[in-house]
Amino acid sequence: MLTCKEATRLTSEAQDRDLAMMETLGLELHLMICSGCRRYREQMDFLHQACQHHPVRPAPDEKKSP
Amino acid sequence: MNSMNSDETGLTALRPDILRFARLQLRDDALAEDVVQDTMIAAMSGIDNFAGRATLKTWVFSILKNKLVDALRTRDRSVNVSALGDEEADFDSMFDTLFKANGHWLPGHQPAVWGDPEEDLSRQQFWQVFDACLNYLPTNTGRVFAMRELLDLEVDEICRELDIASSNCYVILHRARHQLRACLEKTWFGEGEK
Ligand SMILES: [Zn+2]
Repeated sequence: MLTCKEATRLTSEAQDRDLAMMETLGLELHLMICSGCRRYREQMDFLHQACQHHPVRPAPDEKKSP
Repeated sequence: MNSMNSDETGLTALRPDILRFARLQLRDDALAEDVVQDTMIAAMSGIDNFAGRATLKTWVFSILKNKLVDALRTRDRSVNVSALGDEEADFDSMFDTLFKANGHWLPGHQPAVWGDPEEDLSRQQFWQVFDACLNYLPTNTGRVFAMRELLDLEVDEICRELDIASSNCYVILHRARHQLRACLEKTWFGEGEK
């Protein structure tokens, strides 16, 4: 079983690279039983969303340029 | 002629957003001013090529992003790779205090409930806090994070520009997200139910 420390690392790395199948499996199993790491992942996803929607950026629907 | 004038007015109106973006990325106000100036000049002189294919803002941002990458690459490597090592050591000692010896969350240190954070995205105050938390990241860590999440570069590109290993890059990005998360929890979401 992954530790929370490893799970937080994999949660972040999943935003930057494709995890190996065993990594994904280990992470998902951990998240099933760990509410702290589930929240951590939701919040990591939110940070990414927030950066994508930062008010100084062109609005997402304005980005249809080639 | 009329449309050209209105594009130039539009460009001037975009300057504050462009400057704020450049500052978040570069963490150096003088360098940010220079890059914004270069961007405005390039946009003004290229405005005939703009021709409304994208919105003016999208077009100017594409120029800005190229100028930012150039600045990050050339200005005697404005991401200081050796300072990243110190920032890393500081983080590691903090990170370790969150977990028990067996690697699980210490009671009281796991992430709190945030409610409905998506709603906050439309609040101006939220963004002031968000930018403050971004700027609170150690300088070089913050630059790498902004390259990934604001300039939308792939990790491979970041590694190539900064000449660091991808494994190092993953660690830096995790560190940045971790600290940004903690800062937002502390200053915006409150330390709610654990
Ligand atoms: Zn966990």
